[in-house]
Amino acid sequence: MKSIFKPGVFTLCLIPFFIITYKIFLNKLGPEPVKEITHFTGEWTLIFICITLSMSPLKRFTNFAFWIKIRRMLGLFVFFYATLHLLTYVVIDYRLDWSQIIDDVVKKKFIFIGFAAWLLLIPLVLTSSQKMIIVLKHNWKRLHKLIYIIAIFGSLHFIWLSKTIYFKPLIYLIIIIFLLILRINFKRIISKTR
Amino acid sequence: MKIFKYSEITPENIYKNRRKFIKNMGLAAGSMFIGQNLVTSANANTNKEELKLTDYRYVTTYNNYYEFGTGKSNPVERSQKFKTTPWDVVIDGEVENPIKISMDEILEMFPSEERIYKLRCVEGWSMVIPWLGFPLNKILKKALPTNKAKFVKFISVLDPEQMIGQRFPILDWPYKEGLRIDEAMHDLTILVTGLYGKKLPNQNGAPLRLMVPWKYGFKSSKAIVNIKLVDKMPTSSWMKASPNEYGFYSNVNPTVDHPRWSQATERVIGGGIISPRIPTTMFNGYGDEVANLYTGMDLKKYF
Repeated sequence: MKSIFKPGVFTLCLIPFFIITYKIFLNKLGPEPVKEITHFTGEWTLIFICITLSMSPLKRFTNFAFWIKIRRMLGLFVFFYATLHLLTYVVIDYRLDWSQIIDDVVKKKFIFIGFAAWLLLIPLVLTSSQKMIIVLKHNWKRLHKLIYIIAIFGSLHFIWLSKTIYFKPLIYLIIIIFLLILRINFKRIISKTR
Repeated sequence: MKIFKYSEITPENIYKNRRKFIKNMGLAAGSMFIGQNLVTSANANTNKEELKLTDYRYVTTYNNYYEFGTGKSNPVERSQKFKTTPWDVVIDGEVENPIKISMDEILEMFPSEERIYKLRCVEGWSMVIPWLGFPLNKILKKALPTNKAKFVKFISVLDPEQMIGQRFPILDWPYKEGLRIDEAMHDLTILVTGLYGKKLPNQNGAPLRLMVPWKYGFKSSKAIVNIKLVDKMPTSSWMKASPNEYGFYSNVNPTVDHPRWSQATERVIGGGIISPRIPTTMFNGYGDEVANLYTGMDLKKYF
């Protein structure tokens, strides 16, 4: 039972990837396929951020340890989809036109913050192994709090690219803020009862 | 980059295309095609592919029309029952002869001609569309604008019963837009009654919309009920929603970015995943015709 659990979650996490691959090869992306791929991978990055951030609250509520056991994998899928998203923008959309890309990153705040969020993911990926947890000790936990900033950046990235105030980008920000507030309150409650 | 006249660069390509769609529609001799088939210069970079007409399917299923929702497919999904008859258009304000004219009268009095224009959306995509319409100045002249008429304000229909998007305060409803009088009087500025040789579909702004090809798409109001000549610069719905992002002029300009995204390039709709972005051209390629309207103006300031 335990042995099929992780591969099962892994396969589930790949479903969005299979969907977009299927759509690309069968040309089911509509009039603006590149935008479609960009939005799809971007949105799934945000969804995985939300899922990842839900794991420790879920553990607290349910007392099941397996939420924490799959957290690392979920976090790595955040990076996976974020990288697909970035590659879509750099390779498919802008065809490695670096002057245009650099110009965008520097001048456009939504691209800047999105790129910053992706960069911040890198140290988390590099220190995601069991070994690094031991090496970094309590610093590991501190370092991995970066995901809170990444989450906020990610949702702002979505909000700022929209032409006007849209419902959907705001929903992500609200969910993320909710998941973060959940943490703050929990810690306070725990420390007070001690 | 030199901008070629539309007819100079790809006549065969387009005319072939044009004949094909006329045949497809089966109305080469149809009543919609009264008057000359006038192809006005559209944007032409060097790539012929860029000038291909956008598929009818995309033109009519993928656009912004927030009155029916903010999704690109909302207009076609939600506008099919929209009632466009009866429809009256009022032309008033700084005019000697205010007019109230029905759509039937408009179609009768102002024969539509075909104009192939490129539409560049502020979001960074473009389509090439064969519109049917007539110059706005023809109808404005009937109203006899006074010398106080410095600007033209376009007011679209307000009907939250039929237009679900208007039940939400996304924009200041009804949709308002404006042009300077010389822009409105320009021969390239047309009132549109159809596209692809057909009656204008509801999702594209039926029964009457504006098309100003050198400006971003949102300047071309849909479902217009009132054209008002005014002495002061009107505030458009988009200017009101976000004044530092959407200016009154909103001329297509690759050198003036939207505050949040670049306007240097655009994606051609219908090109598929392998089609590259193309560089956006000044005034959407209509600089020869319209650049003189803005001589001496700082287009970064008057964006």
